[in-house]
Amino acid sequence: MLKRLNSPHELEDLKKSIRSCRDLNKTVVSVCAGTGCITLGSGEVIEALRKEIDAQGIGHKVEVRASGCHGFCERGALVNILPQNILYQRVKTQDVPELVAKTLVEGQVVERLLYPDIVTGKRITREDEVPFYARQKRLLLEHSSRIDPQSIEDYLYFDGYKALGKALYAMDPQQIIEEVKASGLRGRGGGGFLTGKKWENTRDAHGDVKYIICNCDEGDPGAYMDRSLMESNPHSVLEGMIIGAFAIGAHEGYIYIRNEYPLAVKNATNAIIKAEEMGLLGDNILGKGFNFHIQISRGGGAFVCGESTALMASLEGKVGEPRAKYVHTSEKGLWERPSNLNNVETWANVPLIINNGAKWYSGIGTAGSKGTKIFSLVGKVRNTGLVEVPMGITLREIIFEIGGGIPGNKRFKAVQTGGPSGGFIPDTLLDLQVDFDELTRVGSMMGSGAMIVMDESNCMVDMAKYFITFLLDELCGKCLPCREGMKQLHTILIRITNGEGTMADVQMIEDLCSTMKTASLCGLGQSAPNPVLTSLRYFREEWEAHVLEKRCPAKVCKALITYNISEKCPGCGLCVKACPETAIVSKGKKQPVELDQIKCIRCGTCYDVCKLDAIVVK
Amino acid sequence: MKIDEAQIKTKVRGILQKFNNNSAMLVGILQDAQSELGYLPHEALHAIHEYLDIPLTRVYSVATFFKAFSLVPLGKHQVHICMGTACHVRGAEKILDSVKRELCIEPGTSDKDLNFSLETVNCLGACALGPIMVVDGKYHGNMKIEGVKSILESYKEPGGKI
Repeated sequence: MLKRLNSPHELEDLKKSIRSCRDLNKTVVSVCAGTGCITLGSGEVIEALRKEIDAQGIGHKVEVRASGCHGFCERGALVNILPQNILYQRVKTQDVPELVAKTLVEGQVVERLLYPDIVTGKRITREDEVPFYARQKRLLLEHSSRIDPQSIEDYLYFDGYKALGKALYAMDPQQIIEEVKASGLRGRGGGGFLTGKKWENTRDAHGDVKYIICNCDEGDPGAYMDRSLMESNPHSVLEGMIIGAFAIGAHEGYIYIRNEYPLAVKNATNAIIKAEEMGLLGDNILGKGFNFHIQISRGGGAFVCGESTALMASLEGKVGEPRAKYVHTSEKGLWERPSNLNNVETWANVPLIINNGAKWYSGIGTAGSKGTKIFSLVGKVRNTGLVEVPMGITLREIIFEIGGGIPGNKRFKAVQTGGPSGGFIPDTLLDLQVDFDELTRVGSMMGSGAMIVMDESNCMVDMAKYFITFLLDELCGKCLPCREGMKQLHTILIRITNGEGTMADVQMIEDLCSTMKTASLCGLGQSAPNPVLTSLRYFREEWEAHVLEKRCPAKVCKALITYNISEKCPGCGLCVKACPETAIVSKGKKQPVELDQIKCIRCGTCYDVCKLDAIVVK
Repeated sequence: MKIDEAQIKTKVRGILQKFNNNSAMLVGILQDAQSELGYLPHEALHAIHEYLDIPLTRVYSVATFFKAFSLVPLGKHQVHICMGTACHVRGAEKILDSVKRELCIEPGTSDKDLNFSLETVNCLGACALGPIMVVDGKYHGNMKIEGVKSILESYKEPGGKI
């Protein structure tokens, strides 16, 4: 049973006792237990480490911690040894005996598990010297890899809930709102509305009952920073919400989490229970007489529910359809009462601002966008993972310095930001300084922070079709411009990728997009044209190749390509076995195989299995 | 698996109790009903409508709006293919095609013996490992076309066919 805290002093005393109980000479082996690393076997690694440490009899001086997400997902399972800060990557259970014997017993480094520099191949020992981490500014993610998300003591060890104590006892609600306003924090869900202003509107709205909502319905494909924060450091989100509730005057809050994120649901639920037990949440928080309760609501898997009014409808147990926002949700939101909705990352920023002050916070970033932003750097990039960088960093720095560039000696083609509402950004804009306004200026948007890198083998017409297909499946169907516009866009895009398009089709796409932007009811329909329009704006020659020459330059669109056997085929027969349509036949030993174009369904299996690049796409 | 009506009603009652018969928690109620019953049979939706005293149309509109719900029985093994952008640029379409060919079913359907159900999902948030296939909750990352068959075969009944 955890002790209930009745004042900031008791909180500080508890922290002191937690710190004094920790043996600083103990080595901590922090193993990433985020979804990515678990997939790569970190659960088994943790188990093996514990067994091996016991077997070696060094349990008294080593602690194994199943920590939050370390961010460098590409290189999982990740093991970080503290205080030396050694980073071991791609650790498998079979590496555990050597790791324990060499590093934990003898104090030496296992060279082969260290990260090799992309250019020099030199092994790097310390985590903070690996380029992926060295160039980041990790404020929100700072403790993720150091704490066990199940343990409130770990969060308190790193001065957790200090901001709450300060907000409740040293500030009044108006001061908190002024501080958040002065910090320049803008909503991290994508819209970029000033958070402090939103809070003020809800505080000023009429009515006694007000709600706080945390949006963790991270539907943007390719974005997973909210999942990671909620899984790895749930108390930082709770702390932000409680401070927000106190400032706004709300006593009830909801966290809306995607059901596809089971670990986030589990860790958030556990965090709420622990915080309630300690009197940091619930009735009479920290003895201040302020009550605030949080409930978790799991999403039903609808992209449109990321939209605030649709999310609120879903919270009420209704179909997740958005409504027109001529009356703001700060006036009439959930149950027709004033409601303040912010995204997970926005909430997690709040304790930082309260602890360090608005002046410190607004010193990070650009004129219009303050603080840091977490991006999920994914797609065709070497160092895939979550990166936290100050606003204003260039795309080039993110993709090439932190991300290590494009794998397989391929050429960079575009980066897509903002998910289905965002756009493609070409190589000529790589020096763009990333912030809310700059991304919007070039036709894309911040969105929740997905950054999907594409190389020369990705077709930009296919990508436009991908997003429209995605949205066609996800739109709610309430308003006509979006419902019918999307359908027509999809039909035309299929025609073009099938090699049956005309330039009149391209013109029609532009007209449809303009109507949808103007007349759709919610953000989904209004921003849906962005991927198509930016693809047309920056990659028009690819569209013309599809329409005028019936050719897909990236060799993706099935109707416009053929697979062919080159002369260098030694007739090994791998593709003959793999072909699902028996379209490839062997012509004898050391003779190139033969491919029947009529039978071929262009599934690409032969291309993937061939080890000698003897299959050529034309 | 056929569950009789009385059993369904008892289970629904239990779930509703957990949610204090609060109709605002309809999405959560349906999620729990689906995980207990395997899918949302008509009898369950009817029971929810009756016990919560809300229109049947509302129960159905929510049950059919959200992707997570299935009104038909699902297969013993559930295959999910991530179609998020990161997986798409790394060839998720090819993996999906391959699974469709192996199981001879389209996304959103099950095979006739109810061995496998196939679903696409928008993003599992494990983008570094794309393309991803999930079978019964187990993630298979960095999928290749040649790997599909052996993974699916490991789930089939001994002696049975996919």
